[in-house]
Amino acid sequence: MHRALNRHRNILDFALSSLMRRKAKNISLFLVYTLIIFVIASLIFFVQALKREAALLLTEAPDMVVQRMIAGRHDLIPTRYAEKIGAIRGVSAVVPRLWGYYYDPVFQANYTLLVPDTEPPPPGSIMIGSGVARNLRIKTDDLVTFRSYSGMPLLLTVTAILPQHSELVAADLVLMAAEDFQAMFRMPKDVATDLAITVANPRELVTVANKIVEQFPDTRPILKSELLRTYDSLFDWRGGMMVVMLAVAVLSFVIFAWDKASGLSAEERKEIGILKSIGWETGDVLLLKFWEGAVISLTAFLAGVLLAYLHVFFSSAALFSHALKGWAILYPQFKLVPAVDGYQLSVLFVLAVLPYTAATIIPAWLAATIAPDAAMRS
Amino acid sequence: MRPSTGFILLITTGTALLLLMGGHARSSRTARKAELQERARLVHRLRLTDLCLFTEARYTRHPAMADLHAPFQDHPTALEHFPSGSLVTPPVTLQRSYAPRP
Repeated sequence: MHRALNRHRNILDFALSSLMRRKAKNISLFLVYTLIIFVIASLIFFVQALKREAALLLTEAPDMVVQRMIAGRHDLIPTRYAEKIGAIRGVSAVVPRLWGYYYDPVFQANYTLLVPDTEPPPPGSIMIGSGVARNLRIKTDDLVTFRSYSGMPLLLTVTAILPQHSELVAADLVLMAAEDFQAMFRMPKDVATDLAITVANPRELVTVANKIVEQFPDTRPILKSELLRTYDSLFDWRGGMMVVMLAVAVLSFVIFAWDKASGLSAEERKEIGILKSIGWETGDVLLLKFWEGAVISLTAFLAGVLLAYLHVFFSSAALFSHALKGWAILYPQFKLVPAVDGYQLSVLFVLAVLPYTAATIIPAWLAATIAPDAAMRS
Repeated sequence: MRPSTGFILLITTGTALLLLMGGHARSSRTARKAELQERARLVHRLRLTDLCLFTEARYTRHPAMADLHAPFQDHPTALEHFPSGSLVTPPVTLQRSYAPRP
């Protein structure tokens, strides 16, 4: 046992000094490797944390939202629908929601205007998300002017700014009274944007949705499970953000590993030839190459993962924010609650460390099986 | 010190930091539980349905609430207009077939 350990340590010593001899090449290799692991691990951390947060927050979303469709487009729903839907067996509450979008032509940002059904701000005043406050550069008690759809300016006082840690859900929110909302968009009083429905027994949701569609064929019910599935597919390996970002990182890793696997340099072949001629066995040469690969891949894996953790949870994934922002002026500043998925990290370890280590062994094995003088001459 | 000793120390430190990272994630979750609960209460009170991730277009701000053809703007084969539209997959309801089955 002790002898085997000593043999490994001696070969590891030799592997490290061999790596140090080609310092520039190996340091650049280590940096590229670390960068790739960093990007993939950052993506895993970021998506896992967002997925977890979305799942936790959206369990508090309405059980069902009913929209009215006209010619394939979402339209305003008459509030009389609410009374009839409320009478369906199993429905415990129907709340008409008033919400919409306002484009601020001065700051070129989109805000979500919303009327809370509980404790709405009094008419003439608003509560805003911290993203809006940052964008408009305003604070509590300041006045804001919105241009209403009748062309008249609507003067509103900011009574409160929502806490900064709520930005992930509320950065662009402007909460206002129903009167102001209706004045703003010249909206009739007997319509709502959609209806939020609470069903006493979650197992009856699909039955209630079917009854709604039967009674009102122009409506589209969206169940909470569908909301959750939308976010699941948004952050899924197969679709959306993950595919776009992961494809680049994985592709660069494949090119990198392929390049490494495609062969040894003349200097490395010569070194293998010399080692064989002084009595090293093929097994020793392979062990040496294994340790060379393992030193680089293990250190790069550890450095990449640790840097990714710092990047995502301490700098709020600063590198991804540009990709997420798109053309949006208003982007939420949020600090994700860390979520580390051991399974995905293990998969990353297996996919990143093992193929690279194997890729360094195979060409070495090919070189080590030929005669030492041929290896030295090649 | 032998180079292998330095390497073993480096890997041990890295592994310890990796374990610390897991510990930090766990303790942060506990420490920020109240903050998360407050966010969840806000979602419940305001009856919110989406995360505020992309504010550039209505179908990226509220992907779960989007019109059936919103991502395709004017007609179903129009090219995607907004950059974040390429990051957001269509809502699940869009994947459901509305056409009568033959």
